[in-house]
Amino acid sequence: MKEKLEQIKSEALRQIEASDALEKLNEVRVNFLGKKGELTSVLKGMKDVAPEDRPKVGQLVNEAREQIESVLEEAIAKMERAKREAQMKAEVIDVTLPAKKSKIGHRHPNTIAMEEIERIFVGMGYEVVEGPEIETDYYNFEALNIPADHPAKDEQDTFYINGDILLRTQTSGTQVHEMEKGKLPIRMIAPGRVFRSDEVDATHSPSFHQIEGLVIDKHITFADLKGTLAEFAKELFGEDTKVKFRPHHFNFTEPSAEMDVSCFKCGGNGCRFCKGSGWIEILGCGMVHPNVLRMSKIDPEKYSGFAFGVGLERVALLKYEIDDMRLLYENDIRFLKQF
Amino acid sequence: MNTALSWIKAYVPELSCTDQEYTDAMTLTGTKVETYERLDKNLEKIVIGRIEKIERHPDADKLIICQVNIGSEVIQIVTGAPNVKEGDKVPVVLDGGKVAGGHDGGPLPEDGIVIKAGKLRGIESNGMMCSIEELGSSRDMYPEAPELGIYIFPEDAQVGADAVEALGLKDTVFEYEITSNRVDCYSVLGIAREAAATFKKPFIAPKVEVKANNEKVEDYISVEVEDTKLCPRYCARVCTNIKIAPSPKWMQRRLAASGIRPINNLVDITNYVMEEYGQPMHAYDLDTVAGHKIIVRRAKDGDVFQTLDGQMRNLDSEMLMICDAEKEIGVAGIMGGENSKITDDVKTVLFEAATFNGANIRKSAKRLGLRTDASGIFEKGLDPRNAEAAIDRACQLIQELGCGEVVNGMVDVCVPLSELRRIKLDYKRINDLLGTDVSEKEMEEIFERLELTLETNADGGKELVIPSFRQDLEGIADIAEEVARFYGYDKIPMTLPSGEATTGKLSFKLRIEQKARDVAEYCGFSQGMCYSFESPKVFDKLLLDKDDTLRRAITIANPLGEDFSIMRTISLNGMLTSLATNYNRRNKDVRLYELGNIYLPESLPLTKLPEERMQFTLGMYGDGDFFTMKGVVEEFFDGIGMKKNITYDPKAGKNFLHPGRQANIIYEGKVLGFLGEVHPEVCDNYDMKTKAYIAVLDMPEVEPFATFDRKYEGIAKYPSVSRDLSMVVPKDIMVGQIEAMIAQRGGKILEEYKLFDIYEGSQINEGFKSVAYSITFRAKDRTLEEADVSGVMKKILNGLESMGIELRS
Repeated sequence: MKEKLEQIKSEALRQIEASDALEKLNEVRVNFLGKKGELTSVLKGMKDVAPEDRPKVGQLVNEAREQIESVLEEAIAKMERAKREAQMKAEVIDVTLPAKKSKIGHRHPNTIAMEEIERIFVGMGYEVVEGPEIETDYYNFEALNIPADHPAKDEQDTFYINGDILLRTQTSGTQVHEMEKGKLPIRMIAPGRVFRSDEVDATHSPSFHQIEGLVIDKHITFADLKGTLAEFAKELFGEDTKVKFRPHHFNFTEPSAEMDVSCFKCGGNGCRFCKGSGWIEILGCGMVHPNVLRMSKIDPEKYSGFAFGVGLERVALLKYEIDDMRLLYENDIRFLKQF
Repeated sequence: MNTALSWIKAYVPELSCTDQEYTDAMTLTGTKVETYERLDKNLEKIVIGRIEKIERHPDADKLIICQVNIGSEVIQIVTGAPNVKEGDKVPVVLDGGKVAGGHDGGPLPEDGIVIKAGKLRGIESNGMMCSIEELGSSRDMYPEAPELGIYIFPEDAQVGADAVEALGLKDTVFEYEITSNRVDCYSVLGIAREAAATFKKPFIAPKVEVKANNEKVEDYISVEVEDTKLCPRYCARVCTNIKIAPSPKWMQRRLAASGIRPINNLVDITNYVMEEYGQPMHAYDLDTVAGHKIIVRRAKDGDVFQTLDGQMRNLDSEMLMICDAEKEIGVAGIMGGENSKITDDVKTVLFEAATFNGANIRKSAKRLGLRTDASGIFEKGLDPRNAEAAIDRACQLIQELGCGEVVNGMVDVCVPLSELRRIKLDYKRINDLLGTDVSEKEMEEIFERLELTLETNADGGKELVIPSFRQDLEGIADIAEEVARFYGYDKIPMTLPSGEATTGKLSFKLRIEQKARDVAEYCGFSQGMCYSFESPKVFDKLLLDKDDTLRRAITIANPLGEDFSIMRTISLNGMLTSLATNYNRRNKDVRLYELGNIYLPESLPLTKLPEERMQFTLGMYGDGDFFTMKGVVEEFFDGIGMKKNITYDPKAGKNFLHPGRQANIIYEGKVLGFLGEVHPEVCDNYDMKTKAYIAVLDMPEVEPFATFDRKYEGIAKYPSVSRDLSMVVPKDIMVGQIEAMIAQRGGKILEEYKLFDIYEGSQINEGFKSVAYSITFRAKDRTLEEADVSGVMKKILNGLESMGIELRS
């Protein structure tokens, strides 16, 4: 009996060994382990075995079954692995074939720059507000300490609708609208479109964008203005950016300044981009003029503030190295796709 | 403003710095240097030589051989110049030296021209004699230079000396950007004063002493000012025995460096004083002044006057004129008249130094179309005290330069000069405003350097007395700027505002616009930007009816041209122009969007500010169709929380869209915008030979429906039941109507309906179409039973049948 079992087992293992397909291994399973398989028939012959030997024979049969089963499982697993590997080998692709992209559109470079600036100031607690593009003389000039007959009015090449209504030349009027609301403190930026009667060329456009900033509170200082704008410059142009403040003149601020940033192309060593100076002029700013505060019903003895104005196109042109302003309004898809 | 550094140094003699140091320091105190240019750029190894001997060149008719003594030796130079003779002293560039330009006076090469010894037609030449053009200048600036040929020095020039220095070219010209508040810095003295304060060196003003004769000015001239508002001060002095001659070299050099061509001593003196003091002056030939009387009055409307450039000018009663007893002789502050022009025969000169109303001069100059150097300065509003100083300076120069004799006294018609301004000094306030801790002593030093006098008033408070030339200083904030400028903007610390915290945020409107950008871009649209103004012709291009209200556009009074003359009332022209640009550049499959305002007037002409309405405009051609566009609109609504049913009304009535392919976009009964295929005729008008699609959403209408609130509604737990519905539909019924019926009758358990087939053609009778829907039902709280579904289906079917729709089995 034991001999027969050995025989069956070695025959089964031989057949497993010889199998070269999953189907054949299944046949082995059926032939040896199935209901009509050889081991089963051995069990069926138990009735001829002496009762005292039966447990032992039973044990031998089970051992043989377990052994065959384990070898069989292993062989099946191995074969399945081989099959999958063969399949994957057949499925090798050329990964350098072109990508299938969803055709996502592109934001205008002005908007990218604007959102970047908005993000920085919103992070510092500034509210983003808007003002009208068609304005009255009062908000565009008079309330900003530029009275009638002031030469600064001529300098700005204003488009007029009539004597009192005009296309705003600066976003600064938004300051006045915001101050008139009477809610203090103020921390706001106001992006928007402005107009000046400049003929269209590579560096001029009759319509462009500014971002105005205004902070009004108790104890606001010129040092705060410097610190805030230095932070802004670092965020916008990189951690290593240095700033330089030069005295300047604007009617609605006093003291006034222009801010230069260290050239972000050459790091301040001087290059073609910064015309060798290492610095790039980026914005105008200053402490809000007491006259402006007074006209908007804010007491300059109690409150002070600073304001600044950034030319959006200037930032976009510099940051993205765009050499012709006209490209910004042509909307050629080959241009827009680069942003 | 361009000025030679040597002229500044004349008043700040201790000033010593490099050009770059000067540039940086002046810029940091507020007198911004735009550029500077060395006058001796590319001039190397150039000395004064004396031509000892001239011989003819044996092989060239036009060349001569010169032996030139350059002090240390005599060198041989061959030249083709026609103007030299033995004994002449000339600039000589030696072997290996450099000149700035060619003899033709053309553009100067960046690196100059190197001169090397060599042979000319076989004869050795060891250098070159130079023309003024080769030295980088011109006859305009050196009137004594010959028209063609070598520059010749005066007799007393020293042989072997540096020729560049002798020509006054060892100098640097600085160009400043002067801000409009600093009228005083449109003068050499103003800049010198700033330079002295910047470098902490003494400022030494020119010493003005007029040595006059014994005659009395009143015997020569009387002055009457009719309009003292427009002319607060008029100073007049007279010089006699005028001898016109070239002005001295030093004066010519200073003027030339400032970009002013030297003419003669008299003209040069007025120009010189204008540069030096920032006070324009005018000189009249007194013999042409009728009645020896000056009357300053307004012109009469309709008067015509010939200015000294020979042009006839139309005057009006807002313009101020200088007149004599009989006639007008000059437009005040702008230009003198042809009739009182100075000629070389002038014997007696009347000098005028006046102060005019700046705004009036500016407006007059604008109306005349005649902006002169003088009017450009007058329009800034001048210090009346400066007029007297300047006219005395001019008389001093007349006398010192031997140009004539000065008559004693000045006729001065002047409104009482306002007292010098006083500003209450509050040291703490200045530091509070700047965020600094500048000591009182340090501030006082700055005030002293700026000639602001510190005085203690009766109640012990301190006051600054502001000199009249600093009209820009009005209050404590201005004083704070002065402190900041000379303390150093760079030394002010950097801090962040303290105080109450504020919340940074975008307005709701801006958030919606941001979402519009996001959705458009996900859908493949790129952002364009268009002008707000356009041509009135666009209305015809867009086929708008003659009485369409969109034609009521705001007109710009002073546009750049007709093409930019009206404020747009519809956003389509910008979009179509952009699409056409792309189409004509052969860009394929273009999708663009724009967010920009239109401007709708309440009435015209405009009496109040118009309504500015933000438009979300989408446009495309190439890949995609009407339904692609519709998809973008619905994605956007979904993105801003507008989950309700959107309906489309084909009767949008837009002339610029295809009549059978347009619709108004309706949400909760409101029209929020429209979309459609662009009318082929409109495409023709924009030169686009392709189908194009557009959608426009009027954002103020959209905004009230938008929300960024979101609420989780659970995920269905119970299974759904689907039914397919196939029908034959009269062609004029739109699927929208079928959907409306399904939605209306579907009740609470209706979850979704989906069109999956639409077909016209064979097998379907003429006038009908086949439409198939898949309808899904689901209950939130239970598994649906057959009876639930069939009941609802029956209602739907009855409804559809009532519309004349036939069910297919």
